[in-house]
Amino acid sequence: MIATLPVLPPDPVQWAWGLVLFWLALGFSALPLQRSPRALGRLVFPAGALGALGIAGVGMAGMVLPASTAILPIGLPDLPFHLRLDALSAFFMVLLGGAAFGVSVYASGYFRSMAPGPLALLALWYHLFLAGMVTVLLADDAYAFMVAWEVMALSSYFLVTTDHKIPAIRSAGFLYLLIAHVGAVALLLAFGVLHGGHGDYTFDAMRLAQTPPFWASVAFLLALFGFGAKAGLVPMHVWLPEAHPAAPSPVSALMSGVMLKTAIYGLLRVSFDLLDVQVAWWGTLALALGLVTALYGVIFAAVQSDMKRLLAWSSIENIGIIVAAFGLTLIFATDGKGALAALTLTALLYHALNHAFFKGLLFIGTGSVLHATGVRHMGHLGGLMRFMPWTAWLVLIGALAIAGLPPLNGFVSEWLLLQAFLLTPGLTQPYLNMVIPVAAATVALAAALAAYVMVKFFGVVFLGQPRDPALLEAHEAGWPERLGMLWLAAGCVLLGLFPALVIGWLAPVVQLLTGETLVNDASWLLLAPVSSERASYAPLIFFAVVLTVLLLTILWVRRVYHGRVRRSAPWDCGYPEQDARMQDSAEGFGQPIRQIFEVFMKVERETPDPFSRTPRYRGASLDKLWFLLYEPIARVAGWLSDQAARLQHGRIQWYLIYSFATLIVLLVFTR
Amino acid sequence: MTLTYHLQIVNLLAALLLLISFAMLSQRRIAGLITLFAWQGAALAASTLLVAWSTGQHHLYYSAAITLVLKVIAMPWYFFHIVRKLDVDRDVEPMINIPTTMLIGIVLVIFAFNLALPISELSGTVMRSTLGIALATVLLAFLMMITRRKAIPQVIGFLAMENGLFFAATSTSYGMPLVVELGVALDVMVAVFVLSIFFFQIRETFDSLDLKHMEKLKEK
Repeated sequence: MIATLPVLPPDPVQWAWGLVLFWLALGFSALPLQRSPRALGRLVFPAGALGALGIAGVGMAGMVLPASTAILPIGLPDLPFHLRLDALSAFFMVLLGGAAFGVSVYASGYFRSMAPGPLALLALWYHLFLAGMVTVLLADDAYAFMVAWEVMALSSYFLVTTDHKIPAIRSAGFLYLLIAHVGAVALLLAFGVLHGGHGDYTFDAMRLAQTPPFWASVAFLLALFGFGAKAGLVPMHVWLPEAHPAAPSPVSALMSGVMLKTAIYGLLRVSFDLLDVQVAWWGTLALALGLVTALYGVIFAAVQSDMKRLLAWSSIENIGIIVAAFGLTLIFATDGKGALAALTLTALLYHALNHAFFKGLLFIGTGSVLHATGVRHMGHLGGLMRFMPWTAWLVLIGALAIAGLPPLNGFVSEWLLLQAFLLTPGLTQPYLNMVIPVAAATVALAAALAAYVMVKFFGVVFLGQPRDPALLEAHEAGWPERLGMLWLAAGCVLLGLFPALVIGWLAPVVQLLTGETLVNDASWLLLAPVSSERASYAPLIFFAVVLTVLLLTILWVRRVYHGRVRRSAPWDCGYPEQDARMQDSAEGFGQPIRQIFEVFMKVERETPDPFSRTPRYRGASLDKLWFLLYEPIARVAGWLSDQAARLQHGRIQWYLIYSFATLIVLLVFTR
Repeated sequence: MTLTYHLQIVNLLAALLLLISFAMLSQRRIAGLITLFAWQGAALAASTLLVAWSTGQHHLYYSAAITLVLKVIAMPWYFFHIVRKLDVDRDVEPMINIPTTMLIGIVLVIFAFNLALPISELSGTVMRSTLGIALATVLLAFLMMITRRKAIPQVIGFLAMENGLFFAATSTSYGMPLVVELGVALDVMVAVFVLSIFFFQIRETFDSLDLKHMEKLKEK
């Protein structure tokens, strides 16, 4: 690694590339280390975590330094890799490094019980995945971008299918691979359109190219499809609820927290940087898609009873919110409202960063629960707060953050986004003016339902009584796991408490993409994006007040109201006998939502016999889009391949006749 | 004057090549087929030698030598060895009866000549009129592969196709570069070895070299 770095001080881009090489070396060093699984856990993953910290540091530097470029001598002859680190890439590198540090620290403890052979492979793919993602952010030509994109997709496929002996996991992996590749094909075509026949696939050439509006729209639609497939936009979201539960928890955390953001990065890069024109209706389309995705995701999250599947649907919801913000940014930017575009883009970036932290935290939290209990289905969990207090409290922070409660980080970004929505009456397009309040209402609904989902998630898993006697054996997560979760939780808290600083820090990115920055006309204590008369938010003061009220209440209840321990039995507040079966279940909690939104779902129910001594209830709410969209496509593909299979007789003579006929026809044609 | 004389002999050898192709189409016995294949190789080697001598293209001598060693001596010997070892030399009924096959063959020859006409006018070599014959040899060999049921005749058909291509190369452009020819020769040798391994495997699996048994390998 030292040798690849020239004389100090090199550009940030060289540091970043050095860290990529470091990760690659680390991944491959895992293979000879497979004899000693201890070394893998204690050496490789912590070293990877340090690399992540380094990436975050390079990103921090890249945010303030001017853009730096490098040309790597790898790739095809005459087609080297171009790298470039500007503020946008740097921001996403901070996101990646910050989230990956926590997840890698967590992973160094999490995988300790895995067999050494698979663990070495997992370490290899894990670091390859990280290196691929950073290279996606660094790439400055379509060729390097696509290579890195595929490295990312393939390594994450192998991570998803870590437990490939289970058929359901194999099919989940296949679905992921399929949609990833359909998306990649669209991206390839998008770059083809963008480069416009100059034969130069560097991003610099694309920036300079004058794309006619029609072809710009084609490129945008292809990019929206391709990146949407990776991000999980409806209707390309179907792989997420399958792949995330299949993958090991740290991998789900990385995929959901970071990999989905690379798609957002790609969207921003293509539409604001590479395309020289933006057309107004793109924003409307992205806004509509984002809102549909957000609502769809949160509704399905509310009816899940598998905790990782619930989180996967919640990721879809968050991606929906981010894409809606992206659409709104486009609308403002094309309408000439630079300041408002800056506000929306800030909200977008903020939310992407927040989601990386809280969703990463929640996913690794479910990993600890899974390790402790071996159960993913929420119907068998419950009351875990007593047995795993660390995990429970840290997950609670993540859950509150994702539910958008102040003073945590989720609130800040959603509040900023709603502020932006409230300012849309300034738009010059009258129809949009009328429709956008509905959109704002949808965002608010999604945020409220997200809180509902988190109450369900946390309440069913950690509160109440254990639903299974085996849960009494549940053990707390080890120290590396706790440290990993602590890091991410600290991120959620700090990002929530110091929004004014974060927004100031985001300014170079916003400046780069929209040409303006968000003016925060208050001190670091107070967040007032538009003007302090209109709306402002002071999280520290809020936090202090909440804390004071809480402490005073506890003190008052303990000391003044009744300080003594009361024992009561006879009527027991009306609950003389209460056991775990009387608690609200995951299905029961989601039932109202299922009633209201049943049009989107295909509900399968198995109700017990009224006289059964051991009644069992099973309910599943399936995605209707799967049956309306994907199954017909699959059937057509199956029919076509059946037709093609007729050519296969198994008789060698026929095969020879095929080539013979082809030869004759070609000869006739070439005459 | 000497050039025409050579040319006439080359044309004669080309005609012989075509004749042997037809003979191969009508030959039912595998041993006979191998003998014919050896003769075809001999005709090819002789014509290559003649072209080399008359035009002074030195690398064609090597080509002729390779052809002689590989296609006239080594491979026929090897095939005879396999046939003896596997004991498969019996009369075989082809898929289509022989007169019909011959008729299709004639149609193919006409097609090949028709096709070669504009190309050979472009070519400036002494042997340009033989391109049609080379193409016809390729097509006839292909036809033989289609009409045979057993594995060995198919491999011989494959090699006869290679003969035709080789002849086409010498007749239009005095052969391919030596490196390419060496590569092709190596390919052919490897192909023969791989295919002979297949013979033994097929034989072991199905107790016969009849390819209709391989239909079982189809999915479902």
